[in-house]
Amino acid sequence: MNRKKRERLFIMACLSPAVILFLIFMVWPTFEVFRMSLYRWGGFSNTQTFVGLENFKILWNDSNFYRSFQNTILLIVVVTVVTLAVAIFFANILIREKLKGKNFFRVIFYIPNILSIVVIAGIFSAIYRPSQGLLNNTLSLINLENLHQLWLGDQKIVIYSLIAALIWQAIGYYMVMYMSSIASIPESFYEAAALVGANKWVQFKDITLPLLWNNLRTTLTFFIISTINLSFLLVQTMTGGGPDGSSQVFLFYMYNQAYTNSTYGYGMAIGVVVFLFSFILSAVLMKVTKRDVLEF
Amino acid sequence: MKKKKLSPEALYKLFIYVAMITLAISIIVPVAWVFMASVKENAEFYGNPWTLPQSLNWSNFIEAFQEANMGTYMWNSVLVTALALVILLAVALPAAYVLSRFKFKGSRFFKTLIRSGLFVNISFIVVPIFLMLLEWDDTLRLAMGSGFFLNNRFVLALVYAATALPFTIFLLSSYFETLPHDFEEAAHMDGAGYFKTMTVVMIPMAKPSIITVILFNFLAFWNEYILALTLMPGANKTLPVGLINLMAAERAAANYGRLYAGMVIVMLPTLVLYILVQKQLTQGMTAGGVKG
Repeated sequence: MNRKKRERLFIMACLSPAVILFLIFMVWPTFEVFRMSLYRWGGFSNTQTFVGLENFKILWNDSNFYRSFQNTILLIVVVTVVTLAVAIFFANILIREKLKGKNFFRVIFYIPNILSIVVIAGIFSAIYRPSQGLLNNTLSLINLENLHQLWLGDQKIVIYSLIAALIWQAIGYYMVMYMSSIASIPESFYEAAALVGANKWVQFKDITLPLLWNNLRTTLTFFIISTINLSFLLVQTMTGGGPDGSSQVFLFYMYNQAYTNSTYGYGMAIGVVVFLFSFILSAVLMKVTKRDVLEF
Repeated sequence: MKKKKLSPEALYKLFIYVAMITLAISIIVPVAWVFMASVKENAEFYGNPWTLPQSLNWSNFIEAFQEANMGTYMWNSVLVTALALVILLAVALPAAYVLSRFKFKGSRFFKTLIRSGLFVNISFIVVPIFLMLLEWDDTLRLAMGSGFFLNNRFVLALVYAATALPFTIFLLSSYFETLPHDFEEAAHMDGAGYFKTMTVVMIPMAKPSIITVILFNFLAFWNEYILALTLMPGANKTLPVGLINLMAAERAAANYGRLYAGMVIVMLPTLVLYILVQKQLTQGMTAGGVKG
């Protein structure tokens, strides 16, 4: 065997297991989501009938889907805005300020990110429980009994209770992301700014923020994808979509239609819409937030 | 007089400390509370939740392990996580090495293909994966009388490994790319073949990134539940799925002690690991930059 041939054989042997696994368990199922959305399949019959865009037409008039749509958009907007602001704030002070116990705080803030979403659901169920719950009890301790709520049982409140859990979970992760960006900005920039009398806010606004911008934009896509995903996992374990469907979110509705109800085609049509939605939203956000890249 | 002393600078410092301590408390207290609740007796859950446990009631853990099957589920989780990590490394290391160190026809295509997998969310494709395995099982049942692919810990580990491939290959190949080419040339001079060069020379050099990959995927596999829930609908479960069952049972029968003992069992290994290697984990994260 000549050398060229041996090299080809080696490359094939190394690459093919990964490519085969990837094709079977990721590419093919993704393709299936799109294909199955065009079929009527499931319920009690096991036959697949091609129905074209019929599933999408039903979806258009499905009030449950609208509700999950509204909830998801609310979740994405609030979770992104609040988490972004809080994470940048803490990342900035942990890098720029001289503080005691920096390392301790950094370690603690990241903890929620290593917990299973099931554990997080368990923790927040304990916090939100109506009687003997941590939140309502703490409110009693400080004489604010009139603020007692059914945190997971009230249709108007439940979605904000979920938002709080999602933000709690996400802050540490994004903070660490931004910290590494801020740490790589040369100290001399800040020294020069301080010399001309720029205060901390001006330094943050004119140095940190522009140089962090590209990193921020990238994380916007993460926010969309992970909020859609984590809200599903959290709703699935914590509220089951209730009370009365008021905490329905995108993928929870999809999973319920496809897996629990066995209406696979319809479920996959929801999946396609969610996929397109997150793709388009990411693209639009990337376009809108485009600035001239500042480098150092 | 006191007011004058508090300059804006000092007020700002105070504000920062208050903010940091508030966030730290909001994280430490609920987690610590779960540990505390895990040794309480059931009767104690009907009083004030902030009281300390009257005694260390370890029987919650024994009950969780024996009656709630968490012992079996833990063994399943250990097995699936370990198997998935082994499969993942065996498959991803050679692929990442070849993609980053060799130029060949289609190398760019394969790189882009696998990188595009970073954007595929497991929650989207979990049902098609389930249906695919179900179909394979039905075919097998006709031919051999029994299914194989669903409720199989090995298959679950294989699916875990497959879904972790894009992130892992991405991380490993960006590390391989930074290594100088001299080592491979030297190994060739010494008469080592391709395979030997890879396993003896190059893979040991990638140790830092391999450790990062193991850490991240350990956390992902250990904590994962939607694939485990869907692909193992039978009695064999992993820890997070077992924990969901405990949560459901708690609502009905109010077995609180068991539930919190179960939560401790699930999160303790990840917490211990995190405390030991937190620096490596947070540094590795910014290198990979992918959210699960």
